[in-house]
Amino acid sequence: MTRPLLLKGGRVIDPSRNFDQPADVLIQDGTIAAVGTGLGMPEGVEIRDVREQVVAPGLVDVHVHLREPGNEDVETIASGARAAAAGGFTAVCAMPNTDPVTDNQAAVGFIVRQSVRAGLTRVYPIGAISVGQRGERLSEFGEMVGAGAVAVSDDGRPVASSHLMRTALEYARTFDLPVADHCEEPTLAAGGVMHEGLVSARLGLKGIPAAAEEIMVARDTLLAGLTGGHVHLCHMSTRGSVDIIRGAKERGVRVTAEVTPHHLTLTDRACERYDTHAKMNPPLREAADVAALRQALKQGVIDCIASDHAPHAYDAKEAAFDDAPFGIVGLETAFGVVHTELVLGGVLTLPELIHRMSTAPAVAFHLPGGTLRPGAAADVVVLDPTARWTVDATAFSSKSRNTPFAGRALTGRAVLTLVGGKTVHPAGAPVDR
Amino acid sequence: MTAPPLGKDLVGLEDLSADQIRLILDTAEPFKEVSERPIKKVPALRGKTIVNLFFEASTRTRISFEFAEKRLSADTVNVAASGSSVDKGETLVDTARNLEAMRIDMVVIRHPSSGAAAFLGDRIRSNVINAGDGQHEHPTQGLLDLLTIRDKHGKIAGLKVCLVGDVLHSRVARSNIWGLSKLGAEVGVCGPDTLMPRGIEELGVCRFRRIEEAIEWADVLNVLRLQLERMEMGFIPSVREYYRVFGVTAERIEKASRPLTIMHPGPMNRGVEIDSRVADGPHSVILDQVTNGVAVRMAVLYLLAGGRPELADAAKGPGAGGGGPE
Repeated sequence: MTRPLLLKGGRVIDPSRNFDQPADVLIQDGTIAAVGTGLGMPEGVEIRDVREQVVAPGLVDVHVHLREPGNEDVETIASGARAAAAGGFTAVCAMPNTDPVTDNQAAVGFIVRQSVRAGLTRVYPIGAISVGQRGERLSEFGEMVGAGAVAVSDDGRPVASSHLMRTALEYARTFDLPVADHCEEPTLAAGGVMHEGLVSARLGLKGIPAAAEEIMVARDTLLAGLTGGHVHLCHMSTRGSVDIIRGAKERGVRVTAEVTPHHLTLTDRACERYDTHAKMNPPLREAADVAALRQALKQGVIDCIASDHAPHAYDAKEAAFDDAPFGIVGLETAFGVVHTELVLGGVLTLPELIHRMSTAPAVAFHLPGGTLRPGAAADVVVLDPTARWTVDATAFSSKSRNTPFAGRALTGRAVLTLVGGKTVHPAGAPVDR
Repeated sequence: MTAPPLGKDLVGLEDLSADQIRLILDTAEPFKEVSERPIKKVPALRGKTIVNLFFEASTRTRISFEFAEKRLSADTVNVAASGSSVDKGETLVDTARNLEAMRIDMVVIRHPSSGAAAFLGDRIRSNVINAGDGQHEHPTQGLLDLLTIRDKHGKIAGLKVCLVGDVLHSRVARSNIWGLSKLGAEVGVCGPDTLMPRGIEELGVCRFRRIEEAIEWADVLNVLRLQLERMEMGFIPSVREYYRVFGVTAERIEKASRPLTIMHPGPMNRGVEIDSRVADGPHSVILDQVTNGVAVRMAVLYLLAGGRPELADAAKGPGAGGGGPE
């Protein structure tokens, strides 16, 4: 027996309908039953007072690494989904660079089953573009879509062959599937560990030039134009990429793009003292890049925020900079970091932020969610935009702790996350409705 | 008890003030004489244990450190990457913890990764001295270069010193740039753009693309070693062409309007970056650099161990009981 829930008196922000006003949200039978004031009360309804809080469609992250199968010590689909729920996410898309690679229908089906078994945030699989992510032969997109894949990507590895990228974009049209690319020209980036610039010159670390990304952004947008396919550009990091995407969108190319919270808030100076928690790929760039990325997000040149959640074992980052792996965890800090820096910093309004973290990514990947429209599944987050908290990596739900934001004072966090009407955060809260 | 004059570790010259650099150079002066004695030993570091941890091949630097340690009466152990547990996959942090567990006093580390010395220093209580970390810094080389320039010219401030060659991959270059700039010298760099870090001008150095211009500008040329594998990696087309375009040759040096001091951190590739006639010529101080290396390293070891600079003279006194680190 499920009890209806009334989220009462909050500020309801639904970017899918340009809705932003005080209202109640009634959730019944796992779906949004009604949004408005003076709603009728079904029998046995549980009323939750959410005054001073924000009710929004659950956050959606189209780029996470959950490490299962293959590296379950570091993260599992269940632990990643728990971290996502804690961060206010109701849907995440898992990249296929698992071990073995998620490049066939059985592997895709495994992720779907593990997600259902966890019963937390929805985990949508992304299939590999090429078999084994080796950049040679196309994977079976059709079968993977049949098993539940929502996009294809060789993320973690760039698609070096322009021919393969072209055929992937063409073939994906049959299934209306986004092709997500990690834009990195491999010969320019080879051996690089951070942004190529003054800081890398001082630290004596091999740099990755901005052009390594921009060459591939230009190539991918040209190929999307050529084929009519939908290219999704992962974790954009440079101002040059922004210019190329803007031009492509003006020409009507089917391109969407994402940016991470860390590329919106940190620069290569975070690598000083060889802090391996600032080592990620693409690398943290310069202040002018951060400024351009923020404006691009505001203007919609970049469509959405994605965390690129990349867990690593606690000791893997405890190494010389050259030897440490790329990547940081991000699901549990994403909203707080961007809200603190960009909303309180005056770059985005809160409805704009929710649009970029929920509605826009859902639209880009054709996912359900990103809306509070009556009849939609009740994937909902309640945010406290005034909650002040300090990032404590040891308290993460993720199995990993590799964050450059440890100790940061943030404002704003998810206080309640519902997936299909069921409470998935905070943990241990009353369940099914 | 006063704060140690250099802090706990010597990771790079970027972290030191001009006064700290001068202190090391001044402290090196009395130690020079120790190496000229028949009995080349003073008791300043008696009872101290020093590990020379070399993850990369080195002859000159390792031997120079070892002489410096022995002439200060320290007990030393050399650990080379080959034959150690490093080969068996031990991580740097485990190596550090194990050394610490053996209650050592100092570690001299050379490592192929930039930042390795700072990494170690942040994790152990012992003093850490960077003997070259990747392409980051080689501070004792920078210091011995400074001491050699000061010996030769009587000053550093106002001199024009040009680093020639592979600045991109050179830890010696970075330590020179910081040390020379802090002491008031003008620093130039000369070499092909493929071997220059992006943004190097922002460190306040003059950029030369032609060796002739650098020679005309400079009072001192510090000629960097060209790693021959750079050619295979495509940074330069051939050694022959490099010598033709950037080589420090006798003909080029003779055209300079004033005498030019010639330095090289070694090991030299004769006929690649430098002409033998220049390396062995009257204005070369390349072997003085090697001699000064021992004195500078003695000064660094002494100061990091807590030795008081004003007692360095007394410390070198034969059998002196006082003056050593407490």
